[in-house]
Amino acid sequence: MKMNRRRFLLAGTAAGGALLIGYAATRPSRHRRANADLVQGDERFVTSFIKIAPNNQITLYIPHSEMGQGIHTALAMMAADELDANWEEVNIEQAPAIDLFANGDLVKGFAGEFGVPNFLMGLVNVSAQAVAEIGNLQITGGSSSVRYTGEHAMRVAGAAAREMLLETAAERWDVELSELSTELGHVQHNASGSSASYGELVADAALREPPEQPRLKERAQFNIMGKAISRNDIPAKVDGSALYGLDAHSEDMLYAAIRLAPVFGSKLVAVDPGAALAQRGVERIVELEDSVAVVADNYWRAKRALALVSTEWEQTENDAISSADIDVRFSQELANSDGSEDKEVGDAERALEEAADVIEASYSVPYLAHAPMEPMNCTVHIKGDTADMWTSTQDALGMRGRVASQAGLPEEAVRFHQTYCGGGFGRRLPFNWNVIDHATLIAKQFDVPVKTIFSREDDMQQDYYRPAVKNNFKAAFDEDNNVLVWHSRFTGPIQVPGAAHIPYGIANQSIRVVDGDTHVPIAAWRSVDHSQQTFFIESFIDEIAHRAGKNPYQLRRELLQEHPRHRAVLEVAAEAAGYGQNLPQGHALGLAVQESFGSVVAEVAEVSMGVDNQPIVHKVTCAIDCGWAVNPDTVEAQIKSGIIFGLSAALYGEITIDNGRVRQGNFPDYEMVRMATSPEIDVHIIESGEELGGLGEPATPPIAAAVTNAIYILTGQRVRDLPIKNHDFTRSNPVAGV
Amino acid sequence: MATFIVNGVEQSLDVEADMPLLWALRDELGMTGTKFGCGIASCGACTVHVNGNAVRSCVTPVAAVEGQEITTIEGLAQAAAGSNPGPGQGAVQQAWIDHQIPQCGYCQSGMIMAVSSFLASNPNPTDAEIDAGITNVCRCGSYPRVRKAIRALANA
Repeated sequence: MKMNRRRFLLAGTAAGGALLIGYAATRPSRHRRANADLVQGDERFVTSFIKIAPNNQITLYIPHSEMGQGIHTALAMMAADELDANWEEVNIEQAPAIDLFANGDLVKGFAGEFGVPNFLMGLVNVSAQAVAEIGNLQITGGSSSVRYTGEHAMRVAGAAAREMLLETAAERWDVELSELSTELGHVQHNASGSSASYGELVADAALREPPEQPRLKERAQFNIMGKAISRNDIPAKVDGSALYGLDAHSEDMLYAAIRLAPVFGSKLVAVDPGAALAQRGVERIVELEDSVAVVADNYWRAKRALALVSTEWEQTENDAISSADIDVRFSQELANSDGSEDKEVGDAERALEEAADVIEASYSVPYLAHAPMEPMNCTVHIKGDTADMWTSTQDALGMRGRVASQAGLPEEAVRFHQTYCGGGFGRRLPFNWNVIDHATLIAKQFDVPVKTIFSREDDMQQDYYRPAVKNNFKAAFDEDNNVLVWHSRFTGPIQVPGAAHIPYGIANQSIRVVDGDTHVPIAAWRSVDHSQQTFFIESFIDEIAHRAGKNPYQLRRELLQEHPRHRAVLEVAAEAAGYGQNLPQGHALGLAVQESFGSVVAEVAEVSMGVDNQPIVHKVTCAIDCGWAVNPDTVEAQIKSGIIFGLSAALYGEITIDNGRVRQGNFPDYEMVRMATSPEIDVHIIESGEELGGLGEPATPPIAAAVTNAIYILTGQRVRDLPIKNHDFTRSNPVAGV
Repeated sequence: MATFIVNGVEQSLDVEADMPLLWALRDELGMTGTKFGCGIASCGACTVHVNGNAVRSCVTPVAAVEGQEITTIEGLAQAAAGSNPGPGQGAVQQAWIDHQIPQCGYCQSGMIMAVSSFLASNPNPTDAEIDAGITNVCRCGSYPRVRKAIRALANA
């Protein structure tokens, strides 16, 4: 029964060429259950995600977290356009965290792309919780919402609802379906002049089964998609009324400040509360397996009292580990292990032996924290056999299941109060359980809501980090300086398959991964493996070009013969940036190109060296082929966001390990781009008409190499490890003639 | 007892003199528009106005604002006629909508408070003055649009 409801119909290709797949076409349709469970009064769900009231107000339920990517608006646009709704009558609601609104289309989308990715795979086995079943997720990640949920669920739901309304009108007026049309929330019969609003038809329409193969619009028919429509979440975000997880509030609420084991994996041995319990407002000290928390009537009081608590932690085998040790371990692993195959083309080992010239280079990048602006938090109120919870998350259903399992309650007994997300970037995806688990275990000891807050330092030091990676390369050339071999050995794990692969037409490629496990917990970080690999690949291809005496732009073009989309974005970005033209004195351009999450992106960075011998990034020119743009204004915003996020990491970002623990604590130790260091960014959206690509992440990967490739021209120094701030550029030797 | 005026309303709180204004606003008064970001005055998410001047409330003890007028994001639009001169406080918020600035939006309460105070004292800033005057962190990277909106407000 359950399986049946969740079954996906792969309905093939319609006459118009649109792919039809999705929940709207599942049978029996979920809209019947939605009407039974969720509707009071005369409103009706007519398909999944779409509810229509008799007064023609249309409510669209969006099964994704809004964390600034504009997803509520974009997905509503997709459903409303197919529905031929009047945008003025559209209301956008966050879909509740119940399995009725799961967005498993995302998983199926990924499955089609490269198999279910590792970061989701583990969910299958997490627990007996129903939420853990693959296909029954409510995850926002992987730059997937528009291209999977939007294309495969929201558009299909809109188109199906429209057809049901048309069929209802045809029956009511006893006319042929083909004589009817829809516009602005009405069905019209031009021959008779009859017209009915959707609201007048919905009661009967909701009794119908959704069509199995609703026909989607051609792009020329779009009325809403493709327009720069204002986001619905912005007004509340400028007057302070937007609620985030941290803003859960009630009069009787208690607040928990927590100290977790500083070395990952360590346990609490002993606690001396000192004077903490005597402090004003302090209710209790809660000891957990790996942490201690002070619970008080105000977070500041809890935090201040926690400072008075002494703790003793169990010793672990990692207590002396430093970043240098990890780097040595990576080097040894790369030297001693053959690893496992990621991709092999031709015979790289033999071609290396026969080559006229070989170059080698070793690259590395550090661990990174996500550091979303909203510190991690979770509020849980356990009321006997039910519970309420509030948290900002990229996975509402998963977090609900997690609280349920920690509280020992059935999932359905936990009510999730969804809020806006003060940044995600991967920190609020599944497996980032720590704040959820601790908040639940603490709240179990109280009968009022308890809000557990990770301070900025807690979040920085108890994150699940972007993995540190080391990558050793070799390239080989023939007598005419043609590149024959791409040889890559890197530390894993592979979180997103294919990130280490190259688009370049090199005859012999050997790409292998070795074990990179350490005691440092890792997770997805905006753009996942692409953030490391694109820096490596786009730097080393630049090295290859310079070694071969070729222009880096021209060499890329030559080697991208088989990838017209890559060539196109590269050419657009280079031309717009004035590549090859005269630049201001002391400026240089570096470029990088990469495909990730279905979008192809080229970035050109214009850089000079400042008086402090550190780079100044003046301007970034970006060209992106994301297929087409549902909302061009949010596309542009996401591109700029992704570039600045990646630039912060390239210039400053590093999490280092000392004595087994994270050294950095707050923003001064983990600096990021601010107004003064934010470059001008020029975005060019190329509408190739290919399938929709992702947008939240693809702009992040190329920026690091674009900047360091420019730095090479300016200084003659090849930056092979990040962040850039650790490099000394005082002895510059600019590269001539590039 | 700490007494100060928040958005035109006098508030008396039985709290410690050294409690930061941020936590008095959030946990004692339930006014959650002002955000906690770093706790050390580094990121600016907690920015409010004290007598029209931007301050970072996470390091401002309530004793330091005794008897003074606090404006938070919730009261900014209404504060224009009061102690805050400048381009009209609601104008900054409207510009944020016109330029579609917030992404996750978490930093934007503080960003808007910082910019509105900044423009009140310097209605026509240069780029260098914007760089020096607006130091808030936005992890979503809204800076290009913030700069554009400041320029538009300066020219208005």
